[in-house]
Amino acid sequence: MILRYTAQRLLMLIPVSFSISVVIFMIVYLLPGDPIDNLLRVGSSPEDRAELVAQYGLDRSLVVQYFVWIGNMFQGEFGQAIVLRRPVADLIAQNLPYSLTLGGLAFLFSSTVGMALGTLSAMVRNPVLDRFVRGFILLGSTVPGFWLALLLILFFSVNLGWFPVSGARGWESLVLPVLTIGFGGVALVARVTRVALLDVQREDFVTLLHAKGLSSGAILFRHLMPHALLPVVTILALRIGWILGGAVTVEFVFGRPGLGSLLIRALGQRDYPVVQACLLMLALAVMLGTLIGDVAQAAMDPRIREKKS
Amino acid sequence: MSMLEVRDLGVAFGAVQPLSDVSFSVGKGETLGLVGESGSGKSLTAMSVMGLLPLIGGRITAGAVEFDGQDLTKLPEKAYRKLRGGRIGLITQNPMTSLDPLQKIGPQVDAVAVLHLRMTRAEARARTVEILGTLRIPEPALICERYPHQMSGGMKQRIVIAMALAANPAVLIADEPTTALDVTVQAQIIRLLDDLVKSRDLALVLITHDMSVVAQVCDKVVVMYAGRAVERGSVEAIFERPRHPYTQALIGCIPRGLEGTERLTGIEGTVPTVMNYPSGCPFHPRCPRAEPICAREVPAFSTGGDSAAACHFAEVGHAKPA
Repeated sequence: MILRYTAQRLLMLIPVSFSISVVIFMIVYLLPGDPIDNLLRVGSSPEDRAELVAQYGLDRSLVVQYFVWIGNMFQGEFGQAIVLRRPVADLIAQNLPYSLTLGGLAFLFSSTVGMALGTLSAMVRNPVLDRFVRGFILLGSTVPGFWLALLLILFFSVNLGWFPVSGARGWESLVLPVLTIGFGGVALVARVTRVALLDVQREDFVTLLHAKGLSSGAILFRHLMPHALLPVVTILALRIGWILGGAVTVEFVFGRPGLGSLLIRALGQRDYPVVQACLLMLALAVMLGTLIGDVAQAAMDPRIREKKS
Repeated sequence: MSMLEVRDLGVAFGAVQPLSDVSFSVGKGETLGLVGESGSGKSLTAMSVMGLLPLIGGRITAGAVEFDGQDLTKLPEKAYRKLRGGRIGLITQNPMTSLDPLQKIGPQVDAVAVLHLRMTRAEARARTVEILGTLRIPEPALICERYPHQMSGGMKQRIVIAMALAANPAVLIADEPTTALDVTVQAQIIRLLDDLVKSRDLALVLITHDMSVVAQVCDKVVVMYAGRAVERGSVEAIFERPRHPYTQALIGCIPRGLEGTERLTGIEGTVPTVMNYPSGCPFHPRCPRAEPICAREVPAFSTGGDSAAACHFAEVGHAKPA
């Protein structure tokens, strides 16, 4: 049943992907300026320009350009970066591992620490602890990443000298970026976990679980946590895409390579093929995240399984 | 011999005292009806007996809850857990929300026997299937593999009853077990509970606001009003010679079939909330024969025959209910 459900969700992604690809393709042409300007030397003639435009196929109609582009995409052919003069696939292959490492670690950090904090504040009836966690949640949800990054650099790198200020060499350079990106995630996950646990505790069936003589621990792990996981899994899944693309400012502050940095650079240079490829990757990540979230929900909740299949 | 005895029970939430002076006892093979309007403290009494007050932030401030001669109010939590679900079973009000929606029926019932009877999963499942069968649930083995949302309210209530019975308890507390069910199903569930009391020699505390149910299955009755017991006695005494005006009013509210043209009757006024319990006798603002003393002093129980009523004028002999 869960397989059928997954297949259905995958089928639904086809029209979504198509729409997204059209939007991504079009959006770069709406930007003012074009990459040819970045390639031309001062004093080039209009003929030089026309030649370059024709070389990259930019003189054809948008519709034709779209189909050529999407056709190439299907064959795994990302094309040639116009300004960077390298295969787009190389650029992505070079940058993606950095994004995946950073994003993966930040994801792991925010899910484990977030759930632990949320559970603690919901289950341990200690007003001091609860206030601390709620304060932390408020900070984590509001402090912007780039500012936190600067503070962390100032404190841990400049003053204490524990971690490098920037770069991407060795595990030491990962600590501060992971903390920065993970901080907001920890707060978000802690908040959702806490609220979900407090909500489910008020349900009638929990009273009955106590009346069955189960210990609080057994009730928490066998019954409450699965319920709390439902919303947590959803927001974590949505965050998969966000963590890949949303790390842009943090990558920038720490001077790390990555999909975000690549995208920012390509945008500045109007390097269409790179921008399009990056956006497509991020969109795919978001779609994949949503899919994983939906399937995980269905796997955990029989009611969802039945309603939607 | 009484299996469960509650004496002068008082419950508080912070400074608020929603329950005081509740007493009753119930023995093997006996059914006690705990009746009263919503908000009279019936469910709170059930939570107190189950030792689950801390869950909702309350605590027992007075009196005793004795199970088989042992005072439960002084019992440490770990020992209490053994009794809960093991010796004292609880059936809750709303079967729609009483089961974990994410788990199959089978494991939810099995857990009780695994926990209290130290059975293996397989043994517990065999027992679950057997109990579901005795509760007249068709195809019990198949039901075990289903999820709560795939079943009707009546079926779910039987599952809840099965959980309460799984460890062979001596006392069963049923908190309005039929309120959320269709009328036809209500009768089935009540009959089922009545059969269980007789076949298993259970002591049943049946919390309800349905006087006709009380008349059908209860041996003894405690009438509650605004967090106090106002009258207690045998079911015959309560129905034939109700001595508290509130009991009389309750009985007066039972619809009496089609003959007679009188309209359905209710009790004037509303039940006071915990925040504005009246002084003296809690019923005096709604009582047809209240006197000044009723507002000043809480009436003591006066015993007469096989019932006792907490009314200043219980001795006078009120007019029989219409």
